[in-house]
Amino acid sequence: MARALYIHWPFCLKKCPYCDFNSHVRATVEVDRWKAALLADMRHEATLAGGEALGSIFFGGGTPSLMPPDLVDALLGEAERLWGFAPGVEITLEANPSSVETANFRILKNAGINRVSIGIQSLDNEALGFLGRLHNVKEALTALETAQSIFERVGFDLIYARPGQSLDQWRAELLRALSFGTGHLSLYQLTIEDGTRFATDVRQGKFVPLDDDEAADMFALTSELTSAVGLLPYEISNHAWKGEESRHNLTYWRYQDYCGIGPGAHGRRGQIATVRHRKPENWLEAIASYGHGISEERALPTSEQASEALLMGLRLREGIDLDMLSQRFAISAGKLVDAARLDFYTQQGLMWQNGHRIGVTGAGMPLLDALLGELVPAELVSA
Amino acid sequence: MTDLAKIRNFSIIAHIDHGKSTLADRLIQFTGGLTDREMSEQVLDNMDIERERGITIKAQTVRLTYTAKDGETYELNLMDTPGHVDFAYEVSRSLAACEGALLVVDAAQGVEAQTLANVYQSIEHDHEIVPVINKIDLPAAEPEKVRAEIEDIIGIDASEAVLASAKSGIGIEEVLEAVVSKIPPPQGDRDAPLKAMLVDSWYDPYLGVVILVRVMDGAIRKGLHVKFMQGGTEHLIDRVGCFTPKRTDLPELGPGEIGFITAQIKEVDEAKVGDTITTVKGGAASALPGYKEVQPVVFCGIFPVDAADFEKLRESIARLRLNDASFSFEMESSAALGFGFRCGFLGLLHLEIIQERLTREYDLDLITTAPSVVYRIQLRKSRTDDAREIMLHNPADYPDPSRIEQIDEPWIKATIYTPDEYLGSILKLCQDRRGIQIDLTYVGGRAQVTYELPLNEVVFDFYDRLKSISRGYASFDYEQIGLREGDLVKMSILVNNEPVDALSMIVHRSVAEARGRHMCERLKDLIPRHLFKIPVQAAIGGKVIARETIAAMRKDVTAKCYGGDITRKKKLLEKQKKGKAKMREYGNVSIPQEAFIAALRMGEE
Repeated sequence: MARALYIHWPFCLKKCPYCDFNSHVRATVEVDRWKAALLADMRHEATLAGGEALGSIFFGGGTPSLMPPDLVDALLGEAERLWGFAPGVEITLEANPSSVETANFRILKNAGINRVSIGIQSLDNEALGFLGRLHNVKEALTALETAQSIFERVGFDLIYARPGQSLDQWRAELLRALSFGTGHLSLYQLTIEDGTRFATDVRQGKFVPLDDDEAADMFALTSELTSAVGLLPYEISNHAWKGEESRHNLTYWRYQDYCGIGPGAHGRRGQIATVRHRKPENWLEAIASYGHGISEERALPTSEQASEALLMGLRLREGIDLDMLSQRFAISAGKLVDAARLDFYTQQGLMWQNGHRIGVTGAGMPLLDALLGELVPAELVSA
Repeated sequence: MTDLAKIRNFSIIAHIDHGKSTLADRLIQFTGGLTDREMSEQVLDNMDIERERGITIKAQTVRLTYTAKDGETYELNLMDTPGHVDFAYEVSRSLAACEGALLVVDAAQGVEAQTLANVYQSIEHDHEIVPVINKIDLPAAEPEKVRAEIEDIIGIDASEAVLASAKSGIGIEEVLEAVVSKIPPPQGDRDAPLKAMLVDSWYDPYLGVVILVRVMDGAIRKGLHVKFMQGGTEHLIDRVGCFTPKRTDLPELGPGEIGFITAQIKEVDEAKVGDTITTVKGGAASALPGYKEVQPVVFCGIFPVDAADFEKLRESIARLRLNDASFSFEMESSAALGFGFRCGFLGLLHLEIIQERLTREYDLDLITTAPSVVYRIQLRKSRTDDAREIMLHNPADYPDPSRIEQIDEPWIKATIYTPDEYLGSILKLCQDRRGIQIDLTYVGGRAQVTYELPLNEVVFDFYDRLKSISRGYASFDYEQIGLREGDLVKMSILVNNEPVDALSMIVHRSVAEARGRHMCERLKDLIPRHLFKIPVQAAIGGKVIARETIAAMRKDVTAKCYGGDITRKKKLLEKQKKGKAKMREYGNVSIPQEAFIAALRMGEE
């Protein structure tokens, strides 16, 4: 039974050159139609994965801060009706720091939003230009200040390890970011994703991504500085005061069930993986025809579930409980993780072991993908 | 049967690209062997590789019928011999089937080392040499200079050299007239017992093994029961004929004639080059002189890149061997490269040809290990084993060093011919490769150097280095001069302290360090970074002589992972696993196959 609900709003005013999320630019959006469709998609999930009160809801995108507040209000009302809310439910909305969106913060709070995550991305105007953002640093700081005065819980995102960025520049930018007293920071290294404009730019030699060694230095510096102010790196790129972690995102990383509605949203219902139509128009049509937007619903074999649990769980500093996973998937611990390699990389200081729990050390985190390749046995990885 | 006096048997000697094949084509065309329509360029070189590289691997003959200016009709047998030193023995047998040779020299390039070696061989067979200065219509042609070179360097009279341009068809008739008037007719006795020399053989899918023969005495005809005197086998001749160049059946081949026979032989191995064919009844008492068993001198491992291709490789090698008895193979297994074959070759060109044919004709992706030569090792007596001598073909079989009394390695005498501006670098190269200078002479703007060199220094990458430092102008030829004692050691390569069998090699102690350093540097670039740092070492026994370190990888992570989309990350992991399957593991280190291929690639420095 899912206790987490993800709602995808796929529209942006402009597509950012680094972003490979399911986002689309449309001149107009028929709000009533979308409202009806999202509600239908939600009801469909609730009938299949209802029964327990929701602990978290997350509005992601796209740019969900562009949603009309009364749409947010309607969706939250329906969610509460269908599932009920657990005490202290965490309801997050991703927001862009433009003035128009900032102006809605109070209404959104009244609708039920109690946590915002602001896409500031950089505290340098030139970098914001490079990243294709529509806001400047001043707007970003206003948005942050407003949000912090309205919402109990606020976090923001920055993108670092940008081409040409030096360690000192990043230190200065990060120290400034840490000075706002924000309880949650998502600090992502710029990744050139296939199919993005940046990927084309790199291929055409318009810029060269930062060297991995320099990026690794920045990663180490980031953990050092955030930890120093009590923002603990609880996930590879996420840092929070104790208790300020994104409970919604922890659901994914701990590999618990979640419902995902809206275009391109992914969900897990028991061993069933759900994917919805990515293209907004196709998703709308599916809703009209079938009453839900699902394009693919597949029962995952336990081996595949186990590999997912490993590659999500090891992103967390808390690591995973091998015994628990072994019971959950009825796969012996020795077949979940290559024990000899685990010992070897523990010796190398990249992994830790503590009773049933294993995890990746701070030094190992920037190498997680390579470590997973070493640790997860080939039998768990479907071809 | 043709009257002995009307037969001329001759070969063509030329350096690569000096126009041998083109001249042969023109001679065939002129005498009407093929119509213009039937002529494909260079009809003699059958195989793709022969045609592309302008080298002849198998001897071939063409019978030309030519009515000379004296009104008589002659049977001219043109023998196209393999031109490369790797096939020196085959060349010597082909030459023994002839009485003369056309020496073709490029009017612009002059005499080259390979020409020299071949012409001397021809002279040793008492051949009448007819010089032909080819490509006289090139703007850079200097026929008079070349004429002088032929006289100075080779020491034969070139005053009556024929001036020709095979490409433009100039001087073709003059060449044919010179063959008739200058080259002596063969000798032979029709009534003596049959003596025919086996010149070469090849496998034809329809006819079985086709044998090229030169009849010395007697006659050979269909239905004759014959004996191969060296091979000791008996066969029934079922076909006799010649090539015009089309295959033409004949009732018989008489003394002095060159042609082919078939006798339902299935493997070329049974038809050894240089063997004497005689009749079972009333046959010759003694075999022809000059027969030799050829022995491979260069060895290397050949492995399929994809282990699943092993069976295909086995079949392909067996099929190639049908047509080429001079290379040997046996199965070999390597921790790094899996199952493959240890193959022996007559020389480097031979190795390259076989490798190329396997790749091209049988569509195989191959890894070839560094070529090595055959070492003779004297072993001391041990508690369980007597003192004995072994021949080492594979560094992997290198014995316990404490038992080694002495190692001998093959040496060659190399003749290098070069424009003198490159001489300095060439001398240095020879010196670096432990060469001993024997002779150095200047002729015009060129120098001829003779060096004695250990063959293992030559197989490494000598030829490529020579070509690159002389911009392709130096030419090189060699002959084997036997085994000499050497201070040779086995150098192992260790990756993360584990020896990598496929990369070990036998080297002279004096060059071990340089070679080891070079290999370590190369591997440092070829082995991808791992999650920990990896030492790469070259060692002799327990002593490390070179070392490099591959730094640890520092970043490999998906920065952003939420929204619950796990598929992409999973794909990444799948891709990683697939990549890993193509690597070989050495103590926690995964070495991609490409790294072995690149590290072993010959001729790079």
